[in-house]
Amino acid sequence: MGGYISSIFGSSILTWITFLPLIGMVAMLFIPSGKDEDKKANTDKIFKWMTVGITFIQLVMAVFIYMNYNNALTGVNVMDKFQFVEKVSWIRASLPLVGNLNIDYFVGIDGLSAPMVLLTALICFCASLASFSIKKSVKGYFLMYLLLDVGMMGVFVSLDFFLFYVFWELMLLPMYFLIGIWGGPRKEYAAIKFFIYTLIGSVFMLLVMIALYFSVGSFNMLDMMNPANYAPDSLLAGLNTTWRYVAFIALFVGFAIKVPIVPFHTWLPDAHVEAPTPISVILAGVLLKMGTYGILRINFAMFPDATLHFQDLLAVLGVVSIIYGALCALGQFKVGKRDLKKMIAYSSVSHMGYVILGMSSLRPEGMVGAVMQMFNHGTITAMLFLIVGVIYERSHKRGLDDFGGLANKMPIFMGITAIAFFGAIGLPGLSGFISESLVFLGAFKAYPIITMFAGLGIILGAGYMLWALQKVFFGKLPDVWSGPWDPTKKLYKHDDVNALELGALIPLAVAVILFGIMPNPLINMMSATLNHLIEFVQTSPALFSSLM
Amino acid sequence: MITSESINALISAVTQSVTQFLPETALIVTFIIAILFDIIFKKTKNITAYVSIAGFVITGILLLFQGSYASNSIFSKMLSIDAFGQFFKFIILGSGIFVMLMSLLSKELNDGDRKVGEYYTLIVGMTIGMFIMVSATNLIMIYLALETMSISSYILAGYTKEAKRASEASLKYVIYGATSSAIMIYGMSLLFGLTGSLNLDEINLVIQSGVDLAPLLIAGLMIVVGIGYKISAVPFHFWTPDVYEGAPVTITALLSVASKAAGFALLIRFFRLTFANSSLVADPSWSVLTSIDWKMIIALLSVLSMTVGNLTAIWQTNIKRMLAYSSISHAGFMLMGVVVMNDIGVAAVMMYFFVYIIMNLGAFLIVMFVADKTGSEEIDDYSGLGYRSPFLAVCLSIFLISLAGLPPTAGFTGKLYVFTAVLNSNYVWLAVVGIINSVIGLFYYAKVFRNMFMRNTDTTESKFTVSRAGIALVLLTVIPTVLFGVWWSPIAAWAKHSVAMFLFK
Repeated sequence: MGGYISSIFGSSILTWITFLPLIGMVAMLFIPSGKDEDKKANTDKIFKWMTVGITFIQLVMAVFIYMNYNNALTGVNVMDKFQFVEKVSWIRASLPLVGNLNIDYFVGIDGLSAPMVLLTALICFCASLASFSIKKSVKGYFLMYLLLDVGMMGVFVSLDFFLFYVFWELMLLPMYFLIGIWGGPRKEYAAIKFFIYTLIGSVFMLLVMIALYFSVGSFNMLDMMNPANYAPDSLLAGLNTTWRYVAFIALFVGFAIKVPIVPFHTWLPDAHVEAPTPISVILAGVLLKMGTYGILRINFAMFPDATLHFQDLLAVLGVVSIIYGALCALGQFKVGKRDLKKMIAYSSVSHMGYVILGMSSLRPEGMVGAVMQMFNHGTITAMLFLIVGVIYERSHKRGLDDFGGLANKMPIFMGITAIAFFGAIGLPGLSGFISESLVFLGAFKAYPIITMFAGLGIILGAGYMLWALQKVFFGKLPDVWSGPWDPTKKLYKHDDVNALELGALIPLAVAVILFGIMPNPLINMMSATLNHLIEFVQTSPALFSSLM
Repeated sequence: MITSESINALISAVTQSVTQFLPETALIVTFIIAILFDIIFKKTKNITAYVSIAGFVITGILLLFQGSYASNSIFSKMLSIDAFGQFFKFIILGSGIFVMLMSLLSKELNDGDRKVGEYYTLIVGMTIGMFIMVSATNLIMIYLALETMSISSYILAGYTKEAKRASEASLKYVIYGATSSAIMIYGMSLLFGLTGSLNLDEINLVIQSGVDLAPLLIAGLMIVVGIGYKISAVPFHFWTPDVYEGAPVTITALLSVASKAAGFALLIRFFRLTFANSSLVADPSWSVLTSIDWKMIIALLSVLSMTVGNLTAIWQTNIKRMLAYSSISHAGFMLMGVVVMNDIGVAAVMMYFFVYIIMNLGAFLIVMFVADKTGSEEIDDYSGLGYRSPFLAVCLSIFLISLAGLPPTAGFTGKLYVFTAVLNSNYVWLAVVGIINSVIGLFYYAKVFRNMFMRNTDTTESKFTVSRAGIALVLLTVIPTVLFGVWWSPIAAWAKHSVAMFLFK
């Protein structure tokens, strides 16, 4: 099969995987939405299956990339160690005084971005299946969905800072509309909050990008990583200068808002609670990873001196996120609040804290654990949000107190839920365990004391997850739900999960179990790159000072 | 003493000048023909519009040929013919044509039996003023051009005179305009008294040899007041919201782009010729004469305009008023490019203008269509528009996103260049102010598309669309708005080429 695919897409598979949704989007624009109810139902079906088809092809391409990926190559700052590279000149605009403004269409992947491409394709496919429950303005929804897909994929494959920035911003608008139009009761507030928070982060990124351009003379990320390229009298030249610290912090805040790291996290619970299920899935599954990806790709590799300087602070922020997120999740058990979706949203803050802690250790175990945790959190949390969606679709409730004893009513669903919940707790045999233990291994060597506090997060995590599982699935079913979900049997023929929902959940569950039992394929994919990154961060400042 | 040689020299200079003055001449001829046709063909509605548009197209062709002359000065240093002026003339001409096409579709203007003959002639008159304004290098010429433009625009602002707010707008505009131009000409007379010349290049030489700084500062500030009024920079902006709200949408669009472009061209040329050291040949980073910190003065105007414009825009309920405040903040944004006082700043202003004109005209065009259909300019009445007229709503969203400066739209390109210019001169604090302002900007632009798509989503009010011509005009602006967001090499090349200004060498 690989032969076929490579003959169709040639060497430009990354372009195809990124822009395929855009092609689908343009095609969709030209299909008019049906006028009356019957025709509308038909065209809506076309839009739905079109999106599923496109994201499935994307997934196939991602698997193809995975199969043809060479684990031995490093990447990070070495151009010829990147894979599937495409580089075409894009904008050549000359300016007085500063010379040429050269922007390339430059994409390629290494061990850091390849797992993220795989994750994005997987999550987008599963979320498109979960999108069948969308009733309002179906066409608009899927147009926005595909545009979002382009932006996310683009962020992970870009190696030109300008291109990266365009994709980064491109994702904002569809997300704003997806939350704001198809969201819950407080959607407007949640949407604009998400928008403004992320924009504040990204505009500072823009300034740093321009400053980097002046220092380096190109938007090529790899050039920006090479200390020899910095013009001696430019703003960001030198080592451990104030401006470099300022630039590092500006970039870091931009990414930290996206992750989100406490104290920049307040947009997340609102956005998650109001967003429709598939969008929550994408938000938790992919968008949050962009923040940590950006920190690794840009902060770490372009500002190694500042990274070493702020390393300790980073670790502390990671631990604070772990504990604070877990406490907030536990806070959902307070009488009166009790929102399952909000609890999962806060658990995301906590779990993303492990990523920060792992990367701050700058040790191979910690780093691999961090990137693996990005992948595993993506699959596990996507499952959790899908699970909330399944319950919410049927009952229009998602409070922790509204249910009980669902295990009897929905046994298959219960089985899948157990995988997700135990994965989130970090039960051995499931993927979350591997990545979290690797993070702890690395972090404990670098920061023994604060890592002990992070251990508290595991206990708290087990607490709220098990508690939620118990409240929703065990015990006695409230009388309201004792009958079938849908007495007319029009929507839900059986009380248990239907085929569509299983279609979205099972691929993720397979990933959770598979990478729990044999994590090697994933680890091998990233270890060469991450080892190189650590070495680069630790040696590059010394190299730079020798240049001066 | 007048000798035959000197007369001959004068005649040959004038004939030479006249050949280079053809675009402006074409406009004047258009102006006259339009008036005559209006009188002769009384019955044919819009005849002046067709004449004016044809005249503008011919002017555009002649303007292309004007570019073939080497940069020089004509009519004894009254005007400069150079790439810089040509760029702004094209911008002004383009927006003029667009506004006239827009006016043909406007219900507000063509309602009832209003005569619109003078309307188009006045636009031509205004354009003549702006053409001269962007190339004037003599104080008197500058003043005359400014007044030619202003007087036409005072009348145009109150053109729908039965509307009370239009008359109010016009009157306010006249009063503020008269005051500011009085201040300006006072400043000019001070400058003349100080240097003994009206030609900017000679003034520059006198300043170089050393003058009293206090009167120079006062004169310069007074002239900046006059220009600041035209580009509606804070604190000279008080007329803008009322005039923008009261004037017909088409005129609001024209004022927000063309007269602003002319004002910026004048500001840049004035500062370049008067205050930059002209003894340095081809100096892309101007070395500013005297110890007066002009950069800081402009920076102050820029920061005030951005911040006041944006913060006030948030509270507006009328979309024209909101766009008025947004245009104030955009003026502040472009002033950042002037602050750095070098060629990259000028190129950035040009880039910004190019995209600003496209997106702003597009936004006003849709505001006009919506007002024609729904009879309202209130932002609250835009709720549910995304379901009543998806095409218009989506296009308006694209324009607003572009105004907010998000990629991949043209507005981002402009923003990128302005920040490039600012950071190149290490004005980090100014860049930070600008960037925070662009976030505030998004907030009120988002209010419009929030209303359109998130409120009143199951509206039962009738759907509507616009005529084919209307759709064509919308596409004419929306396509470049997206295209120049992802690919802009040609505009950048044009802007770089157009930085060249005739420096009396």
